[in-house]
Order: sequence, then C-alpha cells, then structure tokens
Amino acid sequence: MTAVSDRPAAEIGKARRRKEDQHLITGRTTWTDNMTLPGMVHLAILRSPMAHATITSIDATPARQRPGVVAAFTGKDFADIQGDLPCAWPVTPDMVNPGAPSLAVTQVNHVGEAVAVVAARTKAEAVDALEAIDVEYEPLPPVLDMEAAVADGAPLVHPNTTSNRSYTWTFESGAAGTGQPIDGALAGAEVTVTRRFIQQRLIPSFMEPRSVVVQPVGDGILMHSSTQVPHILRTMLGLTLGIPEHKVRVSAPDVGGGFGGKIPVTPEEVITTLVARKLGKPAKFTESRSESIMSAHHGRDQIQDITITAKRDGTVTGLDVHLFADMGAYLRLVGPGVPILGAFMYNAIYKIPAYRFVCEGIFTTKTPTDAYRGAGRPEATFAIERIMDELAAELGMDPMELRRKNWITHEEFPFTTVCGLTYDSGNYEAATDRALELIGWDELRREQAERRERHDPVQLGLGISTFTEMCGLAPSRVLGSLDYGAGGWENASIRMLATGKVEVVTGTSAHGQGHETAFSQIVADKLGVPFEDVEIIHGDTQSSPKGLDTYGSRSLAVGGIAIVQAADKVIEKARRVAAHLLEASEDDLEFEAGAFSVKGSPGSSVSMGDIAFATFSAHNLPDGMEPSLDADATYDPVNFSFPHGTHLCAVDVDTETGRVTIRKYVCVDDVGNPINPLIVEGQVHGGLAQGIAQALFEEAVYDDAGNLTTGTFVDYTPPSAADLPSFTTDRTVTPSTDNPLGVKGVGEAGTIASTPAVVNAVVDALRPFGVTDVQMPCTPERVWRALQGTEKSDRAASGTNAYGGAATTEGGAE
Amino acid sequence: MTKISMTVDEVSYSDEIEPRTLLVHYLREQLGKVGTVVGCDTSNCGACTVELDGQSVKSCTVLAVQADGGTVTTIEGLAVAGALDPMQQAFHDNHALQCGYCTPGMIMAARDLLQNNPHPSEHEIREGIEGNLCRCTGYQNIVRAVQQAAGMTSGASS
Repeated sequence: MTAVSDRPAAEIGKARRRKEDQHLITGRTTWTDNMTLPGMVHLAILRSPMAHATITSIDATPARQRPGVVAAFTGKDFADIQGDLPCAWPVTPDMVNPGAPSLAVTQVNHVGEAVAVVAARTKAEAVDALEAIDVEYEPLPPVLDMEAAVADGAPLVHPNTTSNRSYTWTFESGAAGTGQPIDGALAGAEVTVTRRFIQQRLIPSFMEPRSVVVQPVGDGILMHSSTQVPHILRTMLGLTLGIPEHKVRVSAPDVGGGFGGKIPVTPEEVITTLVARKLGKPAKFTESRSESIMSAHHGRDQIQDITITAKRDGTVTGLDVHLFADMGAYLRLVGPGVPILGAFMYNAIYKIPAYRFVCEGIFTTKTPTDAYRGAGRPEATFAIERIMDELAAELGMDPMELRRKNWITHEEFPFTTVCGLTYDSGNYEAATDRALELIGWDELRREQAERRERHDPVQLGLGISTFTEMCGLAPSRVLGSLDYGAGGWENASIRMLATGKVEVVTGTSAHGQGHETAFSQIVADKLGVPFEDVEIIHGDTQSSPKGLDTYGSRSLAVGGIAIVQAADKVIEKARRVAAHLLEASEDDLEFEAGAFSVKGSPGSSVSMGDIAFATFSAHNLPDGMEPSLDADATYDPVNFSFPHGTHLCAVDVDTETGRVTIRKYVCVDDVGNPINPLIVEGQVHGGLAQGIAQALFEEAVYDDAGNLTTGTFVDYTPPSAADLPSFTTDRTVTPSTDNPLGVKGVGEAGTIASTPAVVNAVVDALRPFGVTDVQMPCTPERVWRALQGTEKSDRAASGTNAYGGAATTEGGAE
Repeated sequence: MTKISMTVDEVSYSDEIEPRTLLVHYLREQLGKVGTVVGCDTSNCGACTVELDGQSVKSCTVLAVQADGGTVTTIEGLAVAGALDPMQQAFHDNHALQCGYCTPGMIMAARDLLQNNPHPSEHEIREGIEGNLCRCTGYQNIVRAVQQAAGMTSGASS
C-alpha cells in the first residue's frame, strides 16, 4: 500500500518529444531492406517498356545461365497460382474488374508492369541477369486520354471487357432524400458557373522505396513488408494465393513513409511470396526509385466538371459534379473507392440544398492509381474552393464574404449535410477570424490594390481555402453501405505486467506518425502510470493480431479510442482487486492519478502497480476472479470525424517570368483536442508541403506512346527545403462530440486544404489580366502561358498527356 | 575484384570488391552499416549521405574504390559513448523527423552545412540542404533543428 502521490502532470496535450526518434537518429533502424536472412535470394524484376502490347514470346531460360542465378520465372510459370491482385472496393454491383496479374502473362497494360523475375545470390547478379531474358512484344494502341477512352470505337485496354469504363457511381440528393433535386436547382438558377478542373496525376513519393522479404515457415510464410497495412495484407494475401490466413504472418518493421502509397497489396509482394515458396528459401525484393515511380501506384488524376448555381445575392442553390477518374491499367486495393470518398465532401462547409455527384472510373494504359494522402477529399476540396472563388468573381462579391454567407455557423451543429453526413461540431468563424488576423489580410488587400494600381510586374495574389474533411475511417456500417469489402473498427489490448509496466497493443500501423508517443500519453493519463512505463506494440500480425491499420487519419480517432476503451476495462478489473485489498466496496472507491482510495479516507490507497503485482502473484484475489487485469477492446466509430480549418496564402507572381513565390502561408486548423501539439504541428507542416507541391511543382507526365517521362525525382520535382516557405500554423479547438477524447485526426488536413489556397492565390493575382484558371502544377511556364492567353498550358512537350486527356487543355485566359 | 581498405566509424576494413560497387552498397551489404539508406537511383534524394574524409558525399555517387584509403563517418558513428551529436539532439528536440528515412542523410548534410557556414540564415539553411529530400516534415522543423545545432535557438519543447 502506498500513499496517494501528487497527481502527475497531464500527458495529453503535452508537446512530448517522440519516443520513436532515438533509433531513427542513430541509424539503428529496421527497414525491410536492411534484413538479410541465411540462404536468402535477391530478386530483380523485368518490367515492360511498352504501355500496351501483347507478349508474343518470352524466354527466361538464358537468365538461368548467368552467374549466381538461382531461378528465373515468367508470368506463364505463375499463371495458375498467382491469382489476381485484390480490389476490395467494388463501388457498384456492375463494376468491371478485368483482373490484375502480378506477373503479366499474355499482355502488358502499362509501362513498368512486371513480366519476369530473377532470383540470384546477390541483387547485382539478379539485375545483371535481367538483360538475358528475351521478350517480344506486339504493340497495341496506347489508351491515354480518359474521354477518348470511352468514346465509340476506342481501343480497349483489356480484351476481356467491352468498354474502358469500369463503373459509373452516382449520388443525387433528391433521389437520396437528403436534399432537393439537382434538376430544379439547375433549371431555376439565377447564376450558373461551370468550370473544368484538372487533378493532375501525382506520385506519392514515400522516401523509403518499397521492400519485401518473404520467409517460408513450415507450410506458411512470414512476410516482412514496407506496408501501411500488415493486417489487411495478411488477409488479402491469403485470399489471393490460397494460403490459409492463419499460415500467414505479416510484419511491418520500420516503414519509411506511405501517404497511401503503401496501402495496396503489390505485385512485388505476391511475386516474392511465390518465388520464396517455389525455392523454399527466403527471398527479398527491394525496388529502385525508378521502379517505384514507374510502377508503384499513382494518385489523383481526375477531370472535374463542376457546375455551381446561386442566387444573385450569393446564396448557393446547387452543386453538380461530374468526374472522370483514371484507374490506370488495373483496379488496385481501394482505387475505385478513392474518388467516391470525395463524393461526400464537395459540399464541404456549405449549406447547399441540391447536389449531384457522378463519377466514371476509366481504364487507361498508365500506372494504376489508388490512395494518395487525402484520397478523394483533396480533389473535392479543391473543386469547391476553386469554384467558390469563380462564383464570387462572377457575382462581384468578396470571396470570403461569399463563404461566410453560405457556411454552416457554429450554432447550427450538429448539422446534417446534403450528402446525409452529420457534422458533429465545428466553428468556421473562429478559425477564419484567427487566420485573417495572423496573415494581416486587410493590409495585404491594400497592398494588392496599390501594386495593381502601379502595374507592379510582380503581382500579389491572396488565396482562401476554408475546408473540412471526413476522417477517422470509418463507421463499418457506412463502409458497408458504400460496398467496401471490410469494416472500419480498430482493436487495442492492454497488458499489465507484474512490475506495473504496461504493454499496449494496437492494430494501427505507424510509419512516421508518432503513435508510440501519442498513445503512450493517452495510456499514461488513463491509467495514471508514467509515460516511460508504457510500451506500444504494433505492426506485426503475430504480436498485434487484430487491426485494420493506418490510413485515412484514423489511427487516433479510431485506434486511440479503442485504447481508451481497453484502459477503461483494465481500470474496472483493477477496481475489483483494489476493493478486495482495501476491504471496501467497489462503489466506495475512487480512481485518481493511478491509485484507488476509499472516498473520504485518502490515507489508504493502492496504486496500479500494487494491483498489477497482486494480480500477478494471485495470492489474495477476490473469489472467482481470474488473475489478470488485461483487457482488449474493439471500437467501431459511430461517425466520421470532421476536422476543419482556414488556410490563407499570399503569393507573389512575376508576370514577366510566370514564377510563383509563396510569400506567406497561414493556417488555422481545428483537429479537436490535440494529444501532442508537437506531432500535430509536424503533420500539418508535412501535409502543407504535399498540398503545395500539387499546386506548384508535381505532375506525372506521359508521352504519346504511354511512357512516363517524369521517371525520376529530378523530373517529378518533389520540393526541397529551398522550394518551400516557413508556415504560420495555429489551432482552434472544437472537440469532436462523437468520441471520448474529442479528437478528430490530422494526417491529411494540410494536404487537403492547401492546394486550393495556393491556386486561388495565383488566380487572384492574375484575375485583372483576364485569367480565370491556371492548371496545376502552376509552373512558371503555365502561368506565363495563361498570361499570354495561349490555350495550351502543358509543361509537357507536344503530343504528351500531362493529365487526364488531350481534349481538356482549357486553362489560361478566357 | 579490387582490394580496398578504409576506416568506417573508427573501424578498419579491408575487402575484395567488384570495382563497380558503390560506396553505399559496400557500406550496407558488406559492412552491415544499414543505418545509411538508399532513397533513389539518381543522386537526387541525399538519403545515403555520409562523411568521407571530412566532407559530406552522397554515397550512391561514390564508388567504393574511390574511398580506398579514406575515412568514412556514417550516422551510426556520430553518437559517442551514448552521447548524441548536437545535430542528432537538435533533430529530436525539434521534431525534425517523422518516418526517419531521410534523417541519416539529412543529419550528415546538415552537419556539413554548419562546418562550412557555422551561422547560416534560414535561407542559407534551406539552400544548404536542398540536395536532401524529406517527404514528411515540410522541412520547417529541420530548419529549426539546424538553427538549434548552430546555437541560434534552444530546444523546442520538453
């Protein structure tokens, strides 16, 4: 028995430096590629140089004669056993999924598709042997433009389909009963603004190239993979290859970033498994960056046709959205669902009475697409925030005034939207007021007017993005209603060790987010134990057997709540032991600062550590009580969470060179209660960098033969430190009312919000010149061309497809 | 095969290698110095940065034979007797890493920057580390870390 100590300082809300850092800053890391196992073979993969072709002959035999080569396989060798890479999101009952082999057998459908694999003693020997493999291709016409792909007589990507359209997914508020019919809004509109926006194709660009090691174990396998989703991977890999799930163990060791790019089951994971099982030896495949850029899935790539209707006074009356979404050559794990995740976010923070969303998923002969940070929601946010600016220009209204006129006010929460989602909480006014103050909006507007007046060759532009997002994926019932193949719950378990130390097992799987630190803070507060006494276990299906992993800003808002619930169960078990030890009634006990005491007599108490040891020794427990305090919980959220915020961007645009320089970027995010403000700020910074990169720098470009011409970081131009400014970040706190921590999620907010803020700023600078859009990325060339009024503003060379389609090149001045 | 000798993190090594072997592959595959990582194949990302004879190099851009007779310090050799290098400490203090994959190269490049310019401006820091890509942090906290290591600020938080 110990006296009640002074209550320790609350951990939640403290800017704790991270537990994770020590091994990362000293190079004591466990990246998958670091792993070498006895007898391991190294794999190299031969990839298609053709966008679309029939494989007329292929012979890997010569590779087998090369030094050090253990085996070589082509698609034919695996045709009967490789199955199809899984797609878990058949968004419509009639969605066409032509199948996706890991190693191409008869046809290749994008540059970079795997056609053969060599296993050798060293990676260098494996790579050397690739050149000995003979492949003959009969070219087929590439399919690059989404609109052309669904025109009559278009060549088919897949011979076993009748159209390049995979699906058409529709939502209409009149039919759904969540709002008014769109037709009425369109017919009766006082003002109608229609725009086409292009979401260029992006490459997630996680810094650690993907790597996988497969070790045959008995009749099963142990896979180490650089994945975001060890649990989903285990289930899906078992289903794909016919290996019973309990014979598959997946471990995600240190994982170097993901951003959605490490969600799908990859061809390389399947190929490595097949080779390892064929040879009965451990096998490793690590991609080069060039392979990663060419063959790991891409993101975005949508053509957005947006129509907004309003009254002359600025009241928005309807929103009509049509998307072409490029699936690329195959449907990956959640690829078809990515644009659908955006369907519920186009109405954003606004009270829009009528809404329609139609999305056509299209096959092309390009790298498959799937989730990339934000996944559907950045596209939605971009479209609505851009068209609100266009509507404001049409109405002659201040763009912020237009937003204020239409947004949900803080008194109106909870608010059910035209999509049927219920936003639990928010305060858009507070975040916006704070952001305007921080950036000095009025002063900047005055400066802008002055510089316009004197025809300054460098013009100032001011951009707004008032955003919300749905995250914390996700209520299982909602996912079910969207035909997703799994639920959205999360699991946690807590083990109280004999010495009072605590092990927490989570089914989320971090790859840079700082779960070990943030979750330790939560448990330290809940159980009243020191932060240092908590160990977070994750990322291995053996030690963390149950979970649905990390994506969609879900780890805290779902996984964190599972931990809270498990902790509550531990406390209730401990209460029973405490009552027994204190010879008191459970009802008379209070639990505070990690100790139970009898209400009104604080002199005698038992700490969590005392109870843990008493339970371990089990000498003196209540009759019939099992000697364990351990507990687990599986939490299925009742709702999404809805972070929001206001992002403001000021850019200098050199009208002579087209160069855009971010002068000031201010964001005020409301992510609910922050567990660790240091981590929250870091997530916002990184998110901003990626969203700004879409606005200004990055684009995956294909030539007219379907070759990716941005095949290195030199060409794809992810930003360096010299390309980005320092950001001013701040928060408002409007706790979520749907979970006990009041948290919302922060992983994607910066990316979702920032892109339209930057582009709105660029267009704002150029609007006096008659420019109404600049296609992303707003490179100097595109900005300059927009100013010249030339219709084509591709940075890619003539004959190339820098985005969805060649017929979509409107941009520049009207 | 070619014989080379070099000192890496204060240990002497002597090996027969293929002449085409890159320094980073020699470090990782033959010496087990897996703290130094490979992030690209175009010398663009800087994840593999190490110190060779007192200067930072991208070890994917140096043949191991070019380092023959040289002295290499990797991220694994920075902390002495458990005491972090000031740059390592600054990265921790300022939350200048998330996934940590770029971190070894970023720390080595940042040390080199301060060797050449002990009191850089923010602009000079940003220009100085532009050969190293980070996808997680947006660089702001990396800049803060370099400023701390340069003695310009104290740690960010508890």
